[in-house]
Amino acid sequence: MSGAQLSAAHAEAGRRARNARLGLLGPAVLIILLISILPLGITVVYSFLTPGTYGGVTWEFSTAAYVQFLFEEDIFDGTLAFNPAYLQIFLRSIGLAFGAMIGTLILGFPTAYFIATKPRQQRTFWLFLITLPFWTNILIRTYAMLLIIRDEGFINLTLMNLRIINHPLSILYTDTAVFIGLIYTYLPFMVLPLYASLEKLDFRLVEAGYDLYASRWKVLSHVIAPLAKPGIIAGCVLVFIPGLGAYITPELLGGGKKLMIGNMIAIQFGSSRNWPFGSAAALILMALVVIVLLVYARAAGREAKAHG
Amino acid sequence: MADLATTHDAAPAARARKLKARDLKAMPGFKAIAWACIVALYLPLIVLIVFSFNDNRSVVKWTEFSLRWYQAALENEGIRNAAWVSVKVALVATILSTIAATMAALATTRAAAFKGQGLAYAIINQPLMIPEIVTAIATLSLFSLVKYVTGITGIGYLMAAHTAFCIPFAFMPIRARLEDMTLTLEQAGADLYATPLQAFRYITLPLLMPGIVAGAMLAFVVSLDDVIITLMVAGPGETTLPIYILGAIRRGITPEINAVSTILVGVSVLLVALLFLVQRRMEK
Amino acid sequence: MKPTIRIAAAASAFAFVAVAANAEGELNIYNWGNYTSPEMIEKFEAENDVTVNLDGYDSNETMLAKVQAGNTGYDIVVPGDYMIKVMIEQDLLEEVKPNEMENFGNVDPDWVDVWWDPGRNYSIPYQWGTTSFTVDTEVYGGDIDTLALMFDAPDELKGRINMLNDMNDVINAGLRYLGYGRCNGNEDEMREVLELLLAAKEDWRTMDYSTIEKLTSGDVDLSQTWNGAAMRARAQRPTLKYAYPKEGFTGWMDNVAVLKGAPNLENAKLFINFMMDPENAAMTSNFARYANGITGSEEFMDAEMLDAPEIVMPDGAPTPDFVTPCPQEVVDLYNRVWTRLKQ
Repeated sequence: MSGAQLSAAHAEAGRRARNARLGLLGPAVLIILLISILPLGITVVYSFLTPGTYGGVTWEFSTAAYVQFLFEEDIFDGTLAFNPAYLQIFLRSIGLAFGAMIGTLILGFPTAYFIATKPRQQRTFWLFLITLPFWTNILIRTYAMLLIIRDEGFINLTLMNLRIINHPLSILYTDTAVFIGLIYTYLPFMVLPLYASLEKLDFRLVEAGYDLYASRWKVLSHVIAPLAKPGIIAGCVLVFIPGLGAYITPELLGGGKKLMIGNMIAIQFGSSRNWPFGSAAALILMALVVIVLLVYARAAGREAKAHG
Repeated sequence: MADLATTHDAAPAARARKLKARDLKAMPGFKAIAWACIVALYLPLIVLIVFSFNDNRSVVKWTEFSLRWYQAALENEGIRNAAWVSVKVALVATILSTIAATMAALATTRAAAFKGQGLAYAIINQPLMIPEIVTAIATLSLFSLVKYVTGITGIGYLMAAHTAFCIPFAFMPIRARLEDMTLTLEQAGADLYATPLQAFRYITLPLLMPGIVAGAMLAFVVSLDDVIITLMVAGPGETTLPIYILGAIRRGITPEINAVSTILVGVSVLLVALLFLVQRRMEK
Repeated sequence: MKPTIRIAAAASAFAFVAVAANAEGELNIYNWGNYTSPEMIEKFEAENDVTVNLDGYDSNETMLAKVQAGNTGYDIVVPGDYMIKVMIEQDLLEEVKPNEMENFGNVDPDWVDVWWDPGRNYSIPYQWGTTSFTVDTEVYGGDIDTLALMFDAPDELKGRINMLNDMNDVINAGLRYLGYGRCNGNEDEMREVLELLLAAKEDWRTMDYSTIEKLTSGDVDLSQTWNGAAMRARAQRPTLKYAYPKEGFTGWMDNVAVLKGAPNLENAKLFINFMMDPENAAMTSNFARYANGITGSEEFMDAEMLDAPEIVMPDGAPTPDFVTPCPQEVVDLYNRVWTRLKQ
């Protein structure tokens, strides 16, 4: 075969691969473009408009929504002053989402590992066992959790009966309760991707590690964790990002005295009647998330390079 | 542990190695954490089930055993319809989103990196990134326009919206599964003159199955739980269970909801158990 | 059903056949969740040979957002007082002239010339009630008819209070306590309100809509709430008492109205007329536990509703205050106060 023929065949193969790729990507990208990105465009437009009377928008260009995020005409003297209120709400949500991510990772990794090392026929059953409690509704689950962590609730009664504590721990309506609630809510989001990744773990590599007299911790941190990295990253993304927008759990378990991002944005579309500001705040949140994802993409890219 | 005693005269190093080889997969404390997690996950479910048998109207205070809420739930057309709509939408959204996500995951990982991969990745994850209420409002505007132009109405809109936000949840576990999976097996298949379709059916798909199952389960859970997008997008007769409950909060939630949740969980346990039995029989 | 109406219904159904297949004999109702008596719906279906689709929303604003977007497919909505005014202004409601319908004579004259729909050209009363608070009299023995219990809590109630997680309900209560007007755009007065709320918040345990669960579980001993919810909570915690604070409290009315472009307009009109029948209004009250504004419905109502202290206001209680919708500047100011309060 001549060089020209060869390169033509190469080009043909490349084209075919590209077409196949487009065909595969097609449905997901199309669905999301139509049902999620197009609305996103609407959101961008909204964020530069003026609030309509009683909700909606008026077609009048304005950047007020973005200014409002950081500054406000002071309630007291009318000047434009820095307003940390929204920023503080963002920081609180980020902190909680991050905490939930770490918490679910610490609990989720052993759980996923446990399932992944079960005999093959049993694994799906265990996965099912993990997700079953989530086939009920989030509101109902949260009410059930209220009962468990209340002052006279299950946890306190158990601890007191075991004489570990004398007085009930006051957990409900505190940040601890929110934290517990978020970890509960997002645990499967961590366990399932981790499982998908750990399930294909090649234990010959683990064995090799032990053969080299590595300690258990060394094997875990230098062999298993790096191999499970795609799963760890996927789990972290699936917990952190939805955690940022969460508000049903924080509101119910935290007592609703503090705003979360999700709730702050939601009321802009409700009683505050300021759709442009709600849209702008959502876009700022998204920008934040995109940065997080870029970091992830870069980490994943490095990973691919290291293995490629 | 018992064979430790029988091997006590072996060289210490060899013994240690043998022990490690024996429980290669064991990690200290992992089993305990896993069991603790599973128990913790089930506590609220148990509370929910217990309270579905509570005679009292309250979902927070126990009085005595009764089946009245099951009767009430079965007689309550609103709850029945809502549960049915929820399951219907969740099933359709799960199937569609899992198929789309599997295809997309194959495209983004089973080939060399390509231009636009990052973009494709960002697009697929976009539904995760924006708070639901914003997507909900914007989707509402869009769908209303589509309804106006095409005159088509129905539950399809709700299913489409659910499919969209389920995709990233299905995609992530599948992609995590695919990453780092080498192409050797498929190539071996191709060397044995398997068509790409055969290679996919008999090699890639089985390898991918755990990821697909995990992704589909997540998608199902996410769809069943969705409140805000559904609230905005649902049309007449399309109330889902979460919407029903949300509407009931201000007027007090009754254990009917617990009863219907228990029924749903019970039915799904039965179905899955059946599935396992069938699978086992087929394997034999 | 009268033949003429049936023909009209069929005709309108035919006109909208693209919008809703099999629209003949249907009625799509969009009401607050868990707020519609199933027996009443069954009765309407049987009497008029129509199928009713019933869906629920969680707030006036959710309903408004959907209706503004258009093409909801709903015929009937049940907006609150201020929302009726907003929707009439925005041309979202069909002027169905309930005041010319057969059963209109049953509407209590007090509820005809209301500010949100003077003369009732668009809507009819559904349920009405008050938003105040309820308190456990065993925990706190003093005079309960004052907002000081929420804003300057006695020791017994400190840390045992639930407020509604609602910007308007909380700010309006604060304004009343300080004696300032509603829809207040005065920045100095609003600053005082913010300071009052911030100080009072120290004594609040939660801010949540699920008031019945909060009270019956014993998590709190005082909760801002609606009168019907207070009555339900009292059924499980008999020492609760609903307060009629001397500083004033909010009154509200939900109203049945027909959406512009309703696919089943004639059935919707039938439903409006149906809802003004005392027996049907009573069915709603017996289910939702609020008063209905239809004369003669008392004789069909549950006995416990007729003398419930949450429903029957005592002599000397202030007149409920039906709050009008506020201009955008005021809402922006409220929003800032609210964000500060919960930041």
